Amino acid sequence: MSAIATQKLTLTVAGRVLVRALDWQAGAGECWSIVGRNGAGKSTLMRTLAGLRRPDAGSVTVQGRPLADWPLEELARQRAYLAQSRHDAFAYRALDTVLAARHPYHADRYWEGSDDHEAAMRALDAMQAAHLAMRDVRTLSGGERQRVAIAALLAQDTPLLLLDEPANALDLAHQVQAMSLLARLCRDQGKTVIAIGHDLNLAYAVSTHALLLGDDSGDGGWFAGPASEAMQPARLSQVLGHPIEAIEHGGRRIFIPQEFQHE
Amino acid sequence: MHAAPQARRQRAFVIVGALLLAALASLLVAGMTGSVALHVAELPDALDQLLHGRQDSLAASLLALRAGRALVAFVSGGALALAGVMMQALLRNPLADPYVLGISAGASVGALLALLLMCAAVTVDASALVGAVAVSMLLYLLARRDLRGGVAAEGGASQLLLTGVILSSACMALVTLMLSIAPEGQLRSMVFWMIGDLAGASPRLLPWLVLGGGLAYALRNARAMNVAALHADAAATLGIRVGALRKGLFLVSGLLTASSVTSAGAIGFVGLIVPHACRFAFGPDHRVLVPSAVLAGGGFLVLCDTLARTVVAPVQLPVGAITALIGAPVFLYQLHRLRA
Repeated sequence: MSAIATQKLTLTVAGRVLVRALDWQAGAGECWSIVGRNGAGKSTLMRTLAGLRRPDAGSVTVQGRPLADWPLEELARQRAYLAQSRHDAFAYRALDTVLAARHPYHADRYWEGSDDHEAAMRALDAMQAAHLAMRDVRTLSGGERQRVAIAALLAQDTPLLLLDEPANALDLAHQVQAMSLLARLCRDQGKTVIAIGHDLNLAYAVSTHALLLGDDSGDGGWFAGPASEAMQPARLSQVLGHPIEAIEHGGRRIFIPQEFQHE
Repeated sequence: MHAAPQARRQRAFVIVGALLLAALASLLVAGMTGSVALHVAELPDALDQLLHGRQDSLAASLLALRAGRALVAFVSGGALALAGVMMQALLRNPLADPYVLGISAGASVGALLALLLMCAAVTVDASALVGAVAVSMLLYLLARRDLRGGVAAEGGASQLLLTGVILSSACMALVTLMLSIAPEGQLRSMVFWMIGDLAGASPRLLPWLVLGGGLAYALRNARAMNVAALHADAAATLGIRVGALRKGLFLVSGLLTASSVTSAGAIGFVGLIVPHACRFAFGPDHRVLVPSAVLAGGGFLVLCDTLARTVVAPVQLPVGAITALIGAPVFLYQLHRLRA
């Protein structure tokens, strides 16, 4: 059974159709990249998949069960969601934010147990952020905060992970580290990862599949398929609105945007 | 390096225990201080008489008067501080206070109208409650979208905040209007009501029930408040019923505010400064913050009220003036420590 699927899903924002009749599914062990230009509806789709926004038409199912039929707490043990940005109003410590992600496992208890602390520290460690555990989140740099947020996602320990630009604000080393970690979760633990990313090379290196949103028609077109098929230079050029070339190098496919012709 | 779960629990018990003792100490101080000071040695006997429903000695009568007033101060302060914590979590803004949404302004309109018409004290209280409830309901109707959560636009409860601020200004305009047409004789009591005054407050059971209920609700939802304060709408992906939580926080903090304002007038700064100071000292975790804010808020207002009736005795100051005089500099200090 597919981990997550959409049936004739249509998303409309301010009268504009972003995604039209999306029939798509992602199974266990698959790592999907969502690619599209600004305003193509990537984040809107992600929020809809996470259940934070109602579909304008069609439906989303997790393990064959419509989102609306899931009790929130049970669903929170199935899928985790990383928002594109966050605003920290209060001086929580990084460890507190990761511990909060354990909420769906024992909402009825007042205090977390020592197993939650272990899970939280393991997650921080996996994101190379264990040394940040006792820091006030408001004092962290953008990249450090992002790593702590991804650690919280890991601590939630769900089979399905939805990430809105996980590589956001990360330096090169941590981008590669974080994306490889996600790819490993798919490969070794059979998790399903859906991530939005703007770095085509990174996306191609770690994803098994890609979902392209938008095309020249501007009418909610989309294309979904295995990465090697979906991420063809011609198709990407059309979707991103800029000519892109690809070269094969050491068994990897590298995408290069064509330079502007100065006249 | 990091606090183990047992250590966290112990820390919470130590904090709440210490604040409980401090709150009792504040009540003791309030009972002993005044135009005629009571000695510690007189207290057990006086307390014993009170518990048996007698007031034979002067000490017992004084204690009865002072304890009654101190208990009203405690329940009002505790309610305001708890309402402040909830409002700050609801709006995800540490600078919010229970009055920011105009609930106290609504109560002021009701109370001042009753004072203008020279109604009895009971009518003034009831009228204040009606004003507070009316503003809450209007707010609820206008800002339903924000309170629903989940499908609301990103950015949380901005519509609620703006609507509240505007409603508050509208109510204050009505207040100004009433003050300008009020006869000289009524003016003093009206101004005192608005600043917040405990002189005429009588001890009643209802505010304690409201505070008890509010505290139970807040403790039950302390973890959910943490998650919602961190993630706003996205808290739903961690299993929080964001809409229900927002509605609950709004209703319960509104009730607490209305209950406090009704019995003690619009005392400022307690709902802002006490949650702020507790968060500063003990951290933002609502599991510790909620009980500590209630105890600290209660104790703080008891001490402020003791000060208000003794500092320039026999003249009694409105307690709201004292809380503002202490609160403003403390708040500024904290704000600049944060920015530093």
